[in-house]
Amino acid sequence: MSLISALARMEAVESGRAQPLATVRHRHVSARPLVLVPLTTAGEAGAPLGALVGTDAEAPRLLVVTQPRDRDLRFSFLADLAEEVLPYVDSFTDVVEAAERSEVDPETGKKVKVEVELCADAPQLIVPSRAGIEYVRLLGRSTRFRRTAEQDPETPFPAPPRVPLLGRWLTHYGDRALVPGSSLLLAATDLLNRHWATGQSSLEDQHLGALLAWIDPRDGESGPEGALRAEVGRDERGQLLCPPAGPATDPAFDNRLLAPAIERYDRARLALGAAEDGEAADAGLGELHRAEREVRRLVASQLKPTWDAVWRALGLLRELPVGARVEDRWTRDRWSFTGHRDRVVAGEPPQPRRDDVIAAASKLANRERAQGQLEAQEALDDPLVLAARRLAGEAFAAEVAEVAMAYTEKNRPRPLLTVRTEDRPHLAEKAKVFRSLDGKPQAAEFVRYEEDGSLVLRLLDRMGRSKEPAAGSVPEKGERISWTLFEHEQRVGPKLPEPEDTPWTHGGPPAPGSAGGTPRTDAVELPDAVTPEDVL
Amino acid sequence: MSASLDSGLPRPSQTTTLRQRLGELRGPGTAPRALDARALAALAANPGCRRRALLDGAGVDKAALASRLGSPAPFGQSQFAIMRGNSFEAKVKADGGRELLRLLGVEEPGAVSVPDLAAAGPQGRTARTALALREATAAGTWTLLDHPLVALEVAGSPVYLEPDAVVVSPDGRWTVVEIKSFPMIDGAADASKVGAAARQSAVYVLALERTAAVTEGATVAHSVLLVCPKDFSNVPTASVVDVRKQRSVTRRQLARLIRIEEIADALPEGTTFDVEGCSSAELTEAVESVPHAYAPECLAACELAFHCRARAREAGAVETLGRAVRGELGGLTTVDAVLAAARGEAGDPEDPAVAALRRARAMRQEALDRASAPSEEAGACR
Amino acid sequence: MTIPEPRFDPSAEAGRATDGILADTLHGTSRGVVVDSPPGAGKSTLVVRAALELAAAGRPLMVVAQTNAQVDDLVLRLAEKEPGLEVGRLHSSDSDAYDKALDDLANVRKSAKPGELTGLPVVLSTSAKWAHVKNVEPWAHAIVDEAYQMRSDSLLAVAGLFERALFVGDPGQLDPFSVVGAEQWAGLSYDPSASAVSTLLAHNPELPQHRLPVSWRLPASAAPLVSDAFYPYTPFRSGTGPGDRKLSFSVASDGSGPDRVLDEAAESGWGLLELPARTTPRTDPEAVGAVALVVRRLLDRGGAAVSERSETPAPLTPDRVAVGTAHRDQAAAVRAALARLGVTGVTVDTANRLQGREYDVTVVLHPLSGRPDATAFHLETGRLCVLASRHRHACIVVCRAGVADLLDEHPSTEPVRLGAAVSFPDGWEANHAVLSHLAEHRVPWRP
Repeated sequence: MSLISALARMEAVESGRAQPLATVRHRHVSARPLVLVPLTTAGEAGAPLGALVGTDAEAPRLLVVTQPRDRDLRFSFLADLAEEVLPYVDSFTDVVEAAERSEVDPETGKKVKVEVELCADAPQLIVPSRAGIEYVRLLGRSTRFRRTAEQDPETPFPAPPRVPLLGRWLTHYGDRALVPGSSLLLAATDLLNRHWATGQSSLEDQHLGALLAWIDPRDGESGPEGALRAEVGRDERGQLLCPPAGPATDPAFDNRLLAPAIERYDRARLALGAAEDGEAADAGLGELHRAEREVRRLVASQLKPTWDAVWRALGLLRELPVGARVEDRWTRDRWSFTGHRDRVVAGEPPQPRRDDVIAAASKLANRERAQGQLEAQEALDDPLVLAARRLAGEAFAAEVAEVAMAYTEKNRPRPLLTVRTEDRPHLAEKAKVFRSLDGKPQAAEFVRYEEDGSLVLRLLDRMGRSKEPAAGSVPEKGERISWTLFEHEQRVGPKLPEPEDTPWTHGGPPAPGSAGGTPRTDAVELPDAVTPEDVL
Repeated sequence: MSASLDSGLPRPSQTTTLRQRLGELRGPGTAPRALDARALAALAANPGCRRRALLDGAGVDKAALASRLGSPAPFGQSQFAIMRGNSFEAKVKADGGRELLRLLGVEEPGAVSVPDLAAAGPQGRTARTALALREATAAGTWTLLDHPLVALEVAGSPVYLEPDAVVVSPDGRWTVVEIKSFPMIDGAADASKVGAAARQSAVYVLALERTAAVTEGATVAHSVLLVCPKDFSNVPTASVVDVRKQRSVTRRQLARLIRIEEIADALPEGTTFDVEGCSSAELTEAVESVPHAYAPECLAACELAFHCRARAREAGAVETLGRAVRGELGGLTTVDAVLAAARGEAGDPEDPAVAALRRARAMRQEALDRASAPSEEAGACR
Repeated sequence: MTIPEPRFDPSAEAGRATDGILADTLHGTSRGVVVDSPPGAGKSTLVVRAALELAAAGRPLMVVAQTNAQVDDLVLRLAEKEPGLEVGRLHSSDSDAYDKALDDLANVRKSAKPGELTGLPVVLSTSAKWAHVKNVEPWAHAIVDEAYQMRSDSLLAVAGLFERALFVGDPGQLDPFSVVGAEQWAGLSYDPSASAVSTLLAHNPELPQHRLPVSWRLPASAAPLVSDAFYPYTPFRSGTGPGDRKLSFSVASDGSGPDRVLDEAAESGWGLLELPARTTPRTDPEAVGAVALVVRRLLDRGGAAVSERSETPAPLTPDRVAVGTAHRDQAAAVRAALARLGVTGVTVDTANRLQGREYDVTVVLHPLSGRPDATAFHLETGRLCVLASRHRHACIVVCRAGVADLLDEHPSTEPVRLGAAVSFPDGWEANHAVLSHLAEHRVPWRP
């Protein structure tokens, strides 16, 4: 943890309230995000229990699996979820703007500009916590290989029509969430933790209720009091006052409330099935509905506080002014969304279970580039983030004391700046430093320290083509400028080989028909084997 | 410091006195609790905590103690998870152990023997397990030991451990089997859960190595078999996990533990953690007489964590914000001291930590002031 | 019946290993050969020799190293050994892309464009630069240096450039890392964040693997400790025996802590100068001062080294001494402290930058000294291994007391990924092992 954020945490301890970690908002928050609060059944991977989902804080859609062991009920949950998520996604696919992308012409091997579509906006999915992001990924994995009756009439347990497509979108979003700075799928806790420091540890900060108690306390309650109530406070029936943000439920809720309600539902189903006359059937049906309503009510009682908390978090984030370079990252997210839209439209098969050699390497390279870019952009957007970099010797704020014109042998301008700073940058000989000039980086190199401790920098670029530097391109005496030792933009990495050119060191080209390395257009992975043990 | 782990359990006389002492600490008529998975995780997460060491060593019911202290442990298990876990374990061990051997890669085991390990009391069960292991090793056939009980000396006191299963192969190799209910999806599983399982298994391996040392022809495999549900089903699948690293770490940790006797000797006369017989005030006092080493990691592993956290917060300890916070604070250990140093109210300005704190505070203040002054140009860099 | 152990002849052992490596490289049928080289085992010598023999055999050769400094160093060594050999140095288009010393070498051609270097018998560059080379005729052979510090994805980007390759590296030094999480690929044979060698061997398990069995750098006092602590499953020996190297001082000890620890180190090869326990900031002024004082006294006392290289005592000059730290700001603080004491010419750097370098005496500020916490960074095995294996005669560690207790408070609770190769040893365990050895050479601080 950087010293500045440690200090912020201690100030939070002292004041009993969260303290700012940022002066601007570093993530995109959509005007119309889709919030998803999922719950899962304890002890079983990918057996949903319920969810609240929707774009309207006042009108969530409640989805409940009354008996999580029942495959049909699970499928209908997934079908309902698809019915909420996919129309939302579709509402973004057709609104496009024209954009350019450079591609390599297969004929000439040269780079050419091609006109393509870029979706004007992209769907944004918000979940309560990191575990929620993991769950989105899990749901994606568990559904994208399902077969519908249309795809495969022989499949023993056909999935509802749009479920595999839901799985592909959730997978794409889950994968994109691993890209630093992406805002397609975000956790409310991550959003809050990026912008505020609480007086507790980062482990405790994963609890959405406790986190909000520090950032947006109730009247008269201090951060630690509110957080403790959120963590452990229970009512007279032993139920948590602030249910966990999921997807795991509280064991006390499972054991005392949910299990009896599900049992009652099971009994009602059995009774209905055993009903021998119309009257008994009517009574049975009534009891079944009541039992079902009770399970729904219970699940809703666990979901609703979290749903409200997520929207509260979004409200808090919206109050912050947005960082200047957030838009740039969101544009990349829109490219990502558009790209997946195109793959779906082109009829490509679902994402494979595991990345092939080339996909894994290129994803890692992309993410590393995104990480470097995020760190640079946040520092450029936010003096508080820059302060941490200055303290670490990776940037410095300095006042220009003197400007002396100098030229290269070829008569190009290379002015020397003498600057004064209180900061202590780790400057090696000839180290490059950068400042932002009209949003673009301008480079200088470190020349020497003067006797009085001031630095001499040689300005290297962005001064135009003529002998005299372009107006405004050379700092003036008295100007206060922030310089960074890190680059503002990330270099593009090397091009990796095509899958069919995978070198022998990495297993060679994939054998035709094998999974993993096969070109994706003609390979479809088999669905997961469905066994009688697929249910509890 | 490099002393190896004592071989064998302590001498009987020593054991008796220590056992008596620990019995007193636990309270009369209370059976010691076995060191379960959570206690092993707590040991791994915070081996330097004396409070945890003493309470676990004495086999005190920490969950009950935490409730009496007014900070009940938040751990519970959903009956859905228990049901699922039990049915999964039963499925894994079904078919007279053949399924488990298949997961181990043995398709044609021939006859598999599954000896009865029932016996009275932990000592009896340990002895029964040792005997079964000896017989199985001599027999030269596949044997499955279902829930054996083994003993290990931890901090000078014997503790009992119960692996899910141990498989003995015809060539006398003992393999620990750990059955977990988290899934392996596409061959991958939650790494922190696998890590915890590996550390837990390493303790079993160490304990078994003791027994193997006195059993002719026996060796203990340094890889364990981790069995989990496959993907989204409850069909078992398995992965072999090399625990050499965890074993060597655990061995050194155990060798370095402060002996329970030493901690117990430092207690005031008559201290007891008798959950039944003492008032809450007495228990609180007893607990406070042993120092803790709270860190936020305890919250996931130790029943007393909420109690210790409250104490650590009262004392203003910086560790409550995470172990990593201390990194750049030098000798400053409390929140008040850090803030006073940062504000220039205390601390030696020559101390680099103090100097860095002052610079940090000044820069933080400058940035926040700039942000709240709307007239200035936005953006950090121009 | 006991069979007497045959006398260990380091030169013969090392010679046999080298012959085997060259035979497999020049005449073997495998596409790759892997060589593990512990610290100071003659890796660079091997690389140069293999390069010259491949060139002599008329096989076009590309050499891949990981940093520009490593590439330049190899170019200089090649030119020194075989001044007539035409060598290409492919470099980036940045200013100062290569060492200006290369400009003095007549047969070294430098270019940022691979096309200008075609036809040369040997071309050398960094993996980062090679990765951008496209559409060229593949080289018959490659030598990949520091292959354990190269990431799998870097190898992926360059492996298409060569038919066969010799991979050389030290498995005990700092592992490659990624600034973002790569957990999702852990356990895959081609995990892009893993080391190039682990991917290579996962896909080509039949490749011949060799090991240089003798460290010529580490003295007899250091090889067993470094081997046990950092190479538990691939041990090595020192090339020299216990009496072969001697360090002596012409000025007697003044009884101070620094002088006593110098005497201890001269005698035993190791010295631990222990300061009183205290948690301190990273640039602990007392510890930094102690490091500087030890260096000052080392030079003042007229140190002289006797070794297999020279029978007459060679004076211990500043260029034969290095100070190693974990962090850059610590290195900066030590440099400043040395400057105050009037010491110049002593190398002061972080573990990362000391990799592959060699000195007579090293003074190390222990990565955990005075720390209130022990993070994964500080526990990383490679960091300690680099710091503890740069010396030919003696290593002096300056440390605050209490590190063992600190380690106990920071247990090793690493996550485990199914299927991922286990890398040995554990950092926590290795730190304890080194500490307990150093404790035998402890001298308490007394100015």
